[in-house]
Amino acid sequence: MAQIWTRFRAVILGAVGVAAVVASWDLYKALGPEQGVLIGDTRILPRTTDLAMPHSWEMLQRFTEPVTSLAGAPDAFSTVYDASMFSLGLAARGWLIGVVVGLLLALVMSRFRIIESALLPWVVLSQTVPLIAIAPLVRRWGSAVEIGGHVWTSEDSVAVIAAYLAFFPVAVGALRGLKSPEATHLDLMRAFGIGWWRTLLTLRIPASVPYLLPALRLGAASAVIGAVVAEVSIGLKGGLGRMVIDYAVAASGDPAKPWAPIFGAVAIGLVAAGAIGLLGLALRPFRLTGVAQ
Amino acid sequence: MNHLGTDPAIEARGVHRIFGKGRKQVDALTDVDLTVADGEFVSLIGPSGCGKSTLLRLVADLDAATSGTITVFGKTARQARLDQEYGIAFQQSGLLPWRTVAGNVELPLKLHGVPAEVRRQRVAELLELIGLTDFAKSHPDQLSGGMQQRVAIARALAESPRLLLMDEPFGALDEITRERMQNELVRICAETGAAVLFVTHSIPEAVFLSDRVVVMSPRPGRITGVVDVRADGMVPAHDRSAGARDEEGFFRAVGEVRALLHGTPEQAVAARGVDTR
Ligand SMILES: Nc1ncnc2c1ncn2[C@@H]1O[C@H](COP(=O)(O)OP(=O)(O)O)[C@@H](O)[C@H]1O
Ligand SMILES: [Mg+2]
Repeated sequence: MAQIWTRFRAVILGAVGVAAVVASWDLYKALGPEQGVLIGDTRILPRTTDLAMPHSWEMLQRFTEPVTSLAGAPDAFSTVYDASMFSLGLAARGWLIGVVVGLLLALVMSRFRIIESALLPWVVLSQTVPLIAIAPLVRRWGSAVEIGGHVWTSEDSVAVIAAYLAFFPVAVGALRGLKSPEATHLDLMRAFGIGWWRTLLTLRIPASVPYLLPALRLGAASAVIGAVVAEVSIGLKGGLGRMVIDYAVAASGDPAKPWAPIFGAVAIGLVAAGAIGLLGLALRPFRLTGVAQ
Repeated sequence: MNHLGTDPAIEARGVHRIFGKGRKQVDALTDVDLTVADGEFVSLIGPSGCGKSTLLRLVADLDAATSGTITVFGKTARQARLDQEYGIAFQQSGLLPWRTVAGNVELPLKLHGVPAEVRRQRVAELLELIGLTDFAKSHPDQLSGGMQQRVAIARALAESPRLLLMDEPFGALDEITRERMQNELVRICAETGAAVLFVTHSIPEAVFLSDRVVVMSPRPGRITGVVDVRADGMVPAHDRSAGARDEEGFFRAVGEVRALLHGTPEQAVAARGVDTR
């Protein structure tokens, strides 16, 4: 009973949070100065013109209107929906690759101390390389790869870049999780006479779940951002990345339009986070960590 | 049932354990000789850092001696560990939080390929033994500290080992729970007939539970004396009841252990008798 109430309250609070953001947007637009709020020459709050800040309902309404003024153009919603699914698919591919790579890295690092010392600095360093720098590299190296007649596509490049962002939190989180069991637990496994492999299955992997779930969620968010940004860097059409750029051009005549793909990006981020939430639900027993005394 | 072997449960000869090197060297154990007979209850007592846990870990083959030999039922400590000759429990219950009480108790059986049906029966027996049948499906975080320790003991007993190794299993419990757990442990030992090596730093606990109390002292860790509680007029450990704590022999043994811990020469101890408390 109490649990249902907690759930219910979380939903209510979430809705209130969204409503608060929408309300403050429209309130500021209605009451704020036309030129925005400036301190010296620095604008700290945006202009409130229809161009800079369309009404929230206009942005919503825009979804129901045709994308372009051309005859027979589909409505904006279905266009953004298609692009969102395209990007989400690439992000999911990238996430999957990133998770596999991250878990494998964590596994060898937890098994061999020396590999951890050698590898971990590189893992951390990898994330300081800017995306725009790796995009051309991935494309060039990818085009040199040919596995079983599969020709490297721009989609593959985008997925790999998304994976490049996603593997990092997974590797770090899984490593912490695999190393989390207490000395007593490890002694016990040794007393049971089981080796590294079965200790991994019996103790280390289940114990790593509380560390892994947040890492997977972080990885999913990184994969979504990675996919959208990589679409721009690689120049891949069909996803939200290019759509953001294309629609920005329309801003002067159709100020609500550029917001559509941004909402699309928010939506697929939520879908990704929700999927991890479901995974967490399935793994619920393993999230118990406390042995209360 | 298990008294076929003539080998003692534990035999340690000339055991040294040195940690570290040079200036950081710690002589955790120096020249330790100890025999625990089959079915005997022996406690190790002494101040912190005197090497009690170290000795227990050597017997369990969780650590290796620098020199000397340790045998468990005539086997090397390593072989005894691989053959599951002992069950072990620590101060932290070490229960896996994601497994239910029943799941924790059956874990060693499961890991060693015991069929599910046999497991189920054995778990039911063990939960009956520790009085937690109603909690079979609970998770450890729903249990009190004392209940968790009972589950840990049941897990240690799962494969009916002839030897139990216990490192301050009641150390984190309050005094009342602790006495109740001691009474239960006596009953459990009587039912299983297992030998026990029990680490504690409570004198009454050691005396009440044991046939013999081994007193140790630190820097370097060594055995400074052994008190045979039975020689003070107590019945064997397995036959005791809660009332044994009020017997004359109990106080005599407590006095002897205390004297040994505080470094009084052994000859003086016997003469001082009951009222030295
Ligand atoms: N793994 C270890 N490395 C270094 N020193 C240790 C280790 N284990 C125990 N010691 C040292 O050995 C001594 C005995 O420790 P321990 O057996 O845990 O004592 P007790 O259980 O009697 O309190 C202590 O001085 C302790 O610091
Ligand atoms: Mg200790």
